[in-house]
Amino acid sequence: MWGAIILAGVGCYLLKLAGLSIPTAVLERPIVQRIGDLLPVALLAALIAVQVLSDGPRLTVDARLAGLVAAMIALVLRAPFLVVVVVAAATAALLRLL
Amino acid sequence: MSHRPDETLTGPERSAIIRDAVAVGVATGAYGVSFGAISVAAGLSVLQTCALSLLVFTGASQFALVGVVAAGGSPLSGAFTALLLGTRNTLYGLRLASLLRWRGWRRAAAAHLLLDESTAMSVNRETTPAARVGFLSTGIAVFVLWNLMTLVGAVAGEAIGDPRTFGLDAAVGGAFLALLWPRLHNRKHQVTAVLAAAVALSLTSATPAGVPVLAAAGVAVLVGLLPGPTPVADPSEGSDPS
Repeated sequence: MWGAIILAGVGCYLLKLAGLSIPTAVLERPIVQRIGDLLPVALLAALIAVQVLSDGPRLTVDARLAGLVAAMIALVLRAPFLVVVVVAAATAALLRLL
Repeated sequence: MSHRPDETLTGPERSAIIRDAVAVGVATGAYGVSFGAISVAAGLSVLQTCALSLLVFTGASQFALVGVVAAGGSPLSGAFTALLLGTRNTLYGLRLASLLRWRGWRRAAAAHLLLDESTAMSVNRETTPAARVGFLSTGIAVFVLWNLMTLVGAVAGEAIGDPRTFGLDAAVGGAFLALLWPRLHNRKHQVTAVLAAAVALSLTSATPAGVPVLAAAGVAVLVGLLPGPTPVADPSEGSDPS
């Protein structure tokens, strides 16, 4: 775990420093910009899917999906980040109590 | 703000920028609490959680790392996912370099503070001094509150114990969705998100945990290869410290 923390820490720092240091022309090519723009979208969507619908190697539907739907409603209602997270957690916790 | 040839900053201007920066820092603290609690729920210790906030200091990457670990992935695949998400900061740096104009150790120190927030608070300034004050005050305010609130969240999360108790396992999905939501503003992004989720799910049973998420990055590359308008890295899309 510590190795991963150091790797992520050093790597993310170098990515930041590279932006401030590398000649602009290298990374300002349209294709690099487009992929860089889409990477967070793809990764976050994949993380949501895996996080909510998998249990180890199996795909499952449980209270977490209800939490996600509740979070989506909160986002449509323009709730702030912390409220969205709490709504997701509380919805799942309540469903399990039932 | 008008462009002045001597590029100095008056006292009231400076105070106004710093006041905004502190407000942004306080707002960011809320993410810090959720990150701390979720990270401990994923199985990291309080110390490891705080080390992530201190060293990685870019929210979406940190959420990704603990999210992969929580789903049973190896820490290494979590770190790679974090690095892929961290590439966004490189694009921010490209836009800021000519405005901030730092060299040597100052640039090396400033790099750690390069985030959605510090970019948003400096990229639209018209002078280098104003941009520097916006960047530094926001970066420092977010750094202090993000790390402080990470500790608070981690300690609270540890007190809770089993992550399922208060639905903390469901909170992770909610946090990722909140990070993704502001980025779904056009059709291309929406299609990318759906495809990426489908790729990740289709690989879940067949590959070690952590791999599905990394493979989904391929969707971004493929869609990015298609011709289209060039986007400008927009820090206002990510209202997270990343």
